[in-house]
Amino acid sequence: MPIWEFLQRYSSVVMHGTWVTCLQFLLAALVAVSIALVIGIGKLSANPLIRGACVVYIELFRGTSLLVQLYWIFFVLPLFGITLPNFTAGFISVGLNYGAYGAELVRGAIQAVPRGQWEAATALSMSPFARMRRIILPQAIAIMLPPWGNLLIELLKGTALVSLISVTDLMFQAKQINASTYLSAQAFGTALIIYYLFARGLITPSMRWAEHAVARRLGRS
Amino acid sequence: MNFEWSWTLTWEIMPRLLWATANTLLAAGAGYAIALVGGLIFALAQRAALGPVRWAVREFVEFIRSTPLVLQIFFVFYVAPQFGMQLSPWTSGLLAIGLHYSAYLSEVYRGGLEAVPRGQWEACRAINMSARDTYFRIIIPQALVPAVPGMGNYLVGILKDTPMLSVIGVMELMHAANSIGSEHYRYLEPFTLVGLIFFLISLPTAGLIKLLERRLRLGLGL
Repeated sequence: MPIWEFLQRYSSVVMHGTWVTCLQFLLAALVAVSIALVIGIGKLSANPLIRGACVVYIELFRGTSLLVQLYWIFFVLPLFGITLPNFTAGFISVGLNYGAYGAELVRGAIQAVPRGQWEAATALSMSPFARMRRIILPQAIAIMLPPWGNLLIELLKGTALVSLISVTDLMFQAKQINASTYLSAQAFGTALIIYYLFARGLITPSMRWAEHAVARRLGRS
Repeated sequence: MNFEWSWTLTWEIMPRLLWATANTLLAAGAGYAIALVGGLIFALAQRAALGPVRWAVREFVEFIRSTPLVLQIFFVFYVAPQFGMQLSPWTSGLLAIGLHYSAYLSEVYRGGLEAVPRGQWEACRAINMSARDTYFRIIIPQALVPAVPGMGNYLVGILKDTPMLSVIGVMELMHAANSIGSEHYRYLEPFTLVGLIFFLISLPTAGLIKLLERRLRLGLGL
């Protein structure tokens, strides 16, 4: 079957899958960014208990595989009384996993803010919270945005795994089409191209734009 | 079903899981070997004299890096037979994972190659070395040193991505845990043990790589 005929027949299914992948991506990114900020800042805490907990979190999620975590959260957590529907379990696992990688980016960026900035904020008798929120974080964000662009692409790729717990995302639909029609090259090829366009046509330019916006706000461009 | 940990089941399934662990390690090792060579080819092709070749390889690498590995595994497994190549799950899985990490490693190599000072190239030209000798005897050995940390990271990365091979039926850890789970109607023990095994492999590996990196730096007087 020629590719345009294929697209004509399956476009609604593919579009639906793409939409679910979009949602999974946005929600997982939200979870990942929140976790990364909390754990990344927590790892710099003076309290050894908080610091230890953050190190354990990061090592645990980076040391095991995303697929293992996904299955664990979906199949094992219900035994402890926490039952998540597959859609929620999907984006939460992806978010928790990439949040651990993001936490290291946050920590690195905060540590890369020049010491003088910390000292100046302290000299103005800012509270630690105000210092972090108004002085350190805005500069740290400018430093960490470029690596976050890469991480978000990794996260998008990670969301393809949620199809394995039957979330009806793009990957899932491609598998379904393949199973019912054997048009493997068209089904998987279309999905590959959509993922590529999503990553290079949407995520990369948005992150570029965000980098410029942040640089402008800091008066650096 | 309850959440009480069953030690009887743990000891019963342990041999199967350990056997599958060997398969996981084999898959990671073989995939990495493919990626080491493939990455070098991609990295060198991106320095080719011919403009279109450079551009095509660059786009191909970008494409592989920004699409999901699990989709690529399916693609290779299902599309290759349409072109008359019957690939076993192992072959197509290793091919897909090797190709995926080739793209990543080519970026690491590229960074290393670009870090070699210009003077080294000029010196090779000055003593009339062939292009082959220039690359294999002068440039690549020097490019490998700054590439070691990145290469180590992807070794751990490939290990953690091998569970994806279970989707096409490669008998590795995740596949074993899945079938154990459905046989015994218990997922707590197999999945937790798989997580633990991954943790126990990847953490020391990451530590070893850091140690190696420090040794290498000390050895070169950096």
